[in-house]
Amino acid sequence: MAVRHPSRRALIGGLAAAPIALAGRGASGQGAGRGPIRIGELNSYSRMAAFAVPYRNAMQMAVDEINKAGGVAGLGGRPLEIVFRDDGSTPGDAVRVAEELLTRENVSFLAGTFLSNVGLAVSDFANQRKVLFLATEPLTDALTMGSGNRYTFRVRPNTFMQTGMLVDAVKAKGVKRWAIVAPNYEYGQSAAANFKRLMAVTVPGFEVATEQYPALGRVDAGATVGALARARPDGIFNVLFGADLTTFVREGNTRGLFERRLVTSLLTGEPEYLIPLGEETPEGWITTGYPWDKIEDPGHKAFVEAYRAAFNDTPRLGSFLGYVVAYLIRDVLEKAKSTDTEATIAALEDLRFNTIAGPAVMRGIDNQATLGAWVGETALSGRQGTMRNFRYVDGAQYLHPEAEVRAARKD
Amino acid sequence: MDLSFLATQALSGLASASSLFVIASGLSIVFGVTRIVNFAHGSLYMLGAYAAVTIVPRLLDVSYSPWMFFLGVLASAVAVGLVGVTIEVVLLRRIYRAPELFQLLATFGVVLIVQDVVLKVWGPVDIPGPRAPGLRHGVEILGERFPAYEVFLIVVGPMVLALLWLLMHRTRFGVLVRAATQDREMVGALGVNQALLFTATLFLGAFLAGLGGALQIPRVPASAQMDTAVITEAFVVTVIGGMGSVPGAFLASLIIGQLQAFGILVFPKVTLVLVFLLMAAVLVVKPYGLLGRPAAAGHAVAPEGILSLAHFGRTESLLAALAVAALLAVPLIGDAYTTKVAIEVMVFALAAFSLQFLMGVGGLVSFGHAAYFGIGAYAAGLLATGPLKLPMEAAIPLAPVFAGAGAALFGFFVVRLSGIYLAMLTLAFAQIVHAVCFQWVEVTGGDNGVVGVWPPAWAGNREAYFYVVALPTLAAILFLRRAIYAPFGYTLRAARDSATRADAIGIDVRSHRWLGFTLAGAAAGLAGGLYAFSKGSIDPTMVSIPMSVDFLVMVLVGGIRTVAGPLVGAASFHALKDFFMPLTDFWRLFLGASIIAMVLLFPRGVVGAAEGLRGRMRRRRGPAVARPA
Amino acid sequence: MSLLVVDRLNKRFGGVWAARAVSFSLEAGELLAVIGPNGAGKSTTFGMVGGQVEPDSGAVVLAGEAITGLPSREIWRKGVGRTFQVAQTFVSMTVAENVQMALVSRRGGTRNLVADTRALHREEALALLDGVGMRADADRPVSELAYGDVKRVELAVALAAAPKLLLMDEPTAGMASKERAGLMELTARVARARRIGVLFTEHDMDAVFAHADRILVLVRGEIIAAGTPEEIRRDARVKRAYLGETGTKAALRARREAVAP
Repeated sequence: MAVRHPSRRALIGGLAAAPIALAGRGASGQGAGRGPIRIGELNSYSRMAAFAVPYRNAMQMAVDEINKAGGVAGLGGRPLEIVFRDDGSTPGDAVRVAEELLTRENVSFLAGTFLSNVGLAVSDFANQRKVLFLATEPLTDALTMGSGNRYTFRVRPNTFMQTGMLVDAVKAKGVKRWAIVAPNYEYGQSAAANFKRLMAVTVPGFEVATEQYPALGRVDAGATVGALARARPDGIFNVLFGADLTTFVREGNTRGLFERRLVTSLLTGEPEYLIPLGEETPEGWITTGYPWDKIEDPGHKAFVEAYRAAFNDTPRLGSFLGYVVAYLIRDVLEKAKSTDTEATIAALEDLRFNTIAGPAVMRGIDNQATLGAWVGETALSGRQGTMRNFRYVDGAQYLHPEAEVRAARKD
Repeated sequence: MDLSFLATQALSGLASASSLFVIASGLSIVFGVTRIVNFAHGSLYMLGAYAAVTIVPRLLDVSYSPWMFFLGVLASAVAVGLVGVTIEVVLLRRIYRAPELFQLLATFGVVLIVQDVVLKVWGPVDIPGPRAPGLRHGVEILGERFPAYEVFLIVVGPMVLALLWLLMHRTRFGVLVRAATQDREMVGALGVNQALLFTATLFLGAFLAGLGGALQIPRVPASAQMDTAVITEAFVVTVIGGMGSVPGAFLASLIIGQLQAFGILVFPKVTLVLVFLLMAAVLVVKPYGLLGRPAAAGHAVAPEGILSLAHFGRTESLLAALAVAALLAVPLIGDAYTTKVAIEVMVFALAAFSLQFLMGVGGLVSFGHAAYFGIGAYAAGLLATGPLKLPMEAAIPLAPVFAGAGAALFGFFVVRLSGIYLAMLTLAFAQIVHAVCFQWVEVTGGDNGVVGVWPPAWAGNREAYFYVVALPTLAAILFLRRAIYAPFGYTLRAARDSATRADAIGIDVRSHRWLGFTLAGAAAGLAGGLYAFSKGSIDPTMVSIPMSVDFLVMVLVGGIRTVAGPLVGAASFHALKDFFMPLTDFWRLFLGASIIAMVLLFPRGVVGAAEGLRGRMRRRRGPAVARPA
Repeated sequence: MSLLVVDRLNKRFGGVWAARAVSFSLEAGELLAVIGPNGAGKSTTFGMVGGQVEPDSGAVVLAGEAITGLPSREIWRKGVGRTFQVAQTFVSMTVAENVQMALVSRRGGTRNLVADTRALHREEALALLDGVGMRADADRPVSELAYGDVKRVELAVALAAAPKLLLMDEPTAGMASKERAGLMELTARVARARRIGVLFTEHDMDAVFAHADRILVLVRGEIIAAGTPEEIRRDARVKRAYLGETGTKAALRARREAVAP
């Protein structure tokens, strides 16, 4: 397989296609007859490059595979083409970029976004413009609950689902007194709220010893660790990630915060966060994550091999997601046999699709996929972090209860 | 509360204070001598961390000893110091004669470039540094374990303070630095080689920033977001301490460190806004910070801002009319996306113009103009989506009312200050507004914001909404322009040129500035309201520091000395961003390079350059006679 | 009734008396000079009359009305025009606009958001400029002027409110000697013609002795002598305390010039 730099390829493709797209404008909203099916993908390629670049790499790899295998059969073998754009990491920029993708690049629908506020803004934009939006990475519950709309579908397990998986994994450990540490923004706050809510109904005698909300990207590790230790909790629920997490873990390790305490942590098992932790990776934290090197599924093994060969790098969770999303897009188009918005929505609702992690369903009432996550323990292997005792947890059993969905959603 | 806990928490606060002080002292010294508001100081800090995670492990491979570790840290700091020298020689030196704010713009260009260079060179993955040999462990303090490295950091702060004191009081360089901090003109008059002094100062400042970054690597991984995280806090420290005062920075760091360490015990969510609340409180009580002194006054320096009001002749009027006509024709001739971009340009043009009304006319430099833009956006958005469910036709006209009220409230305190302190107080208020939007989740939706802020059906398509935006923005810009030429604008300019003289002809300077601040805030609020309905959502990025900086850049790029500058600035800045963003992931680099290129080519802004050209052609008289010092 | 009555003004900075029981009065059309060595309290006294410095005790009465401690902008409204040691003008404006600004303020129009300032009170401004000999330069930026001309403009600005009293702090400081004489003559002429009282401080003894009707000598915050130039010249205490050799020479020179036409 020839390896090309996807961004450049997309760029050249985009430039070459622009006049065609402009010329074809107004003829039909569905693109020119036998040309490629164009999908607009906007993501934080610049600000969140650690996640988004592997995501784009794998997505392009999957698209190349699909096209090599004959494109979208249900649409006469038309190839897929993904137009990648930086979303500027702010809602204001993202909405403008989305507009550009729709009007200049003539894409059939939108996909992507990383930050929750960006995802929500693009979702609402899609609702306004009546185009499909496949939100791939944002985790906020609001996207499929209170702010959900019929044009927006989410692929990853949301905050509620991932927290639910962790609660399930720790409920039998007998730990009742918990401290919570979360970044001071919506994702952190809602993860903390979910945790408290789920633990309260699952673990009798559950109590919160303290809650700490350091500013995102600016954790004052010494003070935070001190405040947590002082509350003498038996368990710690951590939502910090990225540079905050590394800083927090180092301080906590030195000061013995994690000794004789059960720690459960969102996302920490993802390579995006384990790699920077390196030899500081704590042992035995119960986390959600992506142990790419130990997953035995043959489809997944083939993906890892192809990815490593193509990019001379190990896959990240972003890579996994990008790959899954590209095939999901193909499946939707195959089922819809059209790029029309209503047809693709109809195809997506309750769509069963296969992924390299296992089968999944796009639940129709809240447009949330049942794609799961790997739950296990963090471990140090050599000087690198990894996961052990993990299993793939299907998201289906952790979705928001249907009654709650109906109460929250306005559509 | 037990003693051992109090002790370790206080020590944690001291360690943070030390780290903060090392960084802030560099910023303070650079400002004191060169009067440059160095936005790139955070970037230098980040470079220090990246240099250290690159150099230190190599040295530790040679020999695993504390000496190698600290040698690596010092080498990193020196390397960053040299980067500072490069920035001074290549860039800043060329623009010392430009208005001071222009140097701020140049350093902002450097920030953008460094962000992308770091991504390119070191990749997007955070890089943790090695722990310091010999300081890996924890030490027992009253039965609590405390990191040995942080004990070391606690010592570093006072050590740096002592060394700086020696440098400032025992060397010729130090004497010059102190003299320049007190009276920059005097040093020029003493026949000191000013270029050399500035280069050396930049080296010292960058060295301290780099040292601050390098010292963090055993605690904090090098990451591409470090710069923005630290720069605001470093500014806060220098301002609370008093700009240019190293002991002041030390004192402020101590206060902030302890406040953080104990504040989070009482209000765990206060982390976002604590330092800004402190800064606002300090500035309201002590207008020059804790240990700062008012800058030496009495020099007849030409103010930065609109110097002479150009009056439209027939040609200019015709051109302006043509430009407006062309703008109004955009939806008819351009495609849908062009229309969308034009909407945003108009909104930003109004926001930038209102900022120019403050800066160029009133001489009040605001680093937090996004506050009023944001209050307008939130007012419009929440009125439309909240319990009131007001229609857009009512929500947008109320946006400037709310923003004006906010500006009146904050302006009451702001107009009591001057110069950089005034600018920083506006920043503090903007951060407080930001924190309210961010944290008052029940009402504002927190950082997710609120969606569903769309125009009604009749204005739903972009062409219709274009005119919904065009008419009020044009009207507001024309109104503000009129006000600049009217007695009120003249009065603001009079107060800016000479507050003493204005006072001596019966002008109540403060109350006029307050009104001007309110008016500019209201106009920005109108822009914010229109922006919210064009985006369909509101969220805290609309009130954020980057938004305020964008407005500032628009004004400066266009030219602070001209009335039309911010309009051109808004259009060109937005067009540049829109041009580079789809082109490459490294759009920040290109944007930063473009800004720097413009700073070098047009040190008075784009419109300033055009007018300069025109002025040269019709110059009637010889050069101005120098005023006495 | 005197135009200005200053009654026992006191001001201390820390332990230092900047002004101690300073009392004097000034008639309409009279030029009163305040002289004294550096740090004698001239500027403080000046500031207390002009509203920049608030006295600890004592009273300032202008035309029968107490103005003690009022802010300077209020004092201006009561009819006190002011010039500064370093000329204070609006450097981004033209000569005429500087004067127009004062006229706008006098008429309470500074909050007007719509009028075209250039057209407001223009004739009146030109007339004022005519009075100080600057009409021809009305449309030049004030930043282009020679310093002596800037001072004239400042005088026109100070006169714009038809003041009863002019406060002039070192009116000739920083000027060439030829310009000095011209400015002082102009001031004296205008003041006498319009019955304006002028209180001024001055370092240039030629100017003081040539134009002042009366002189106050201030040393360490206290008035040690007051009287006509002739009386001051003869005052032994003044000679000792302040005038010294150079001052005496200047006084003699001034007298010669006054005698020989």
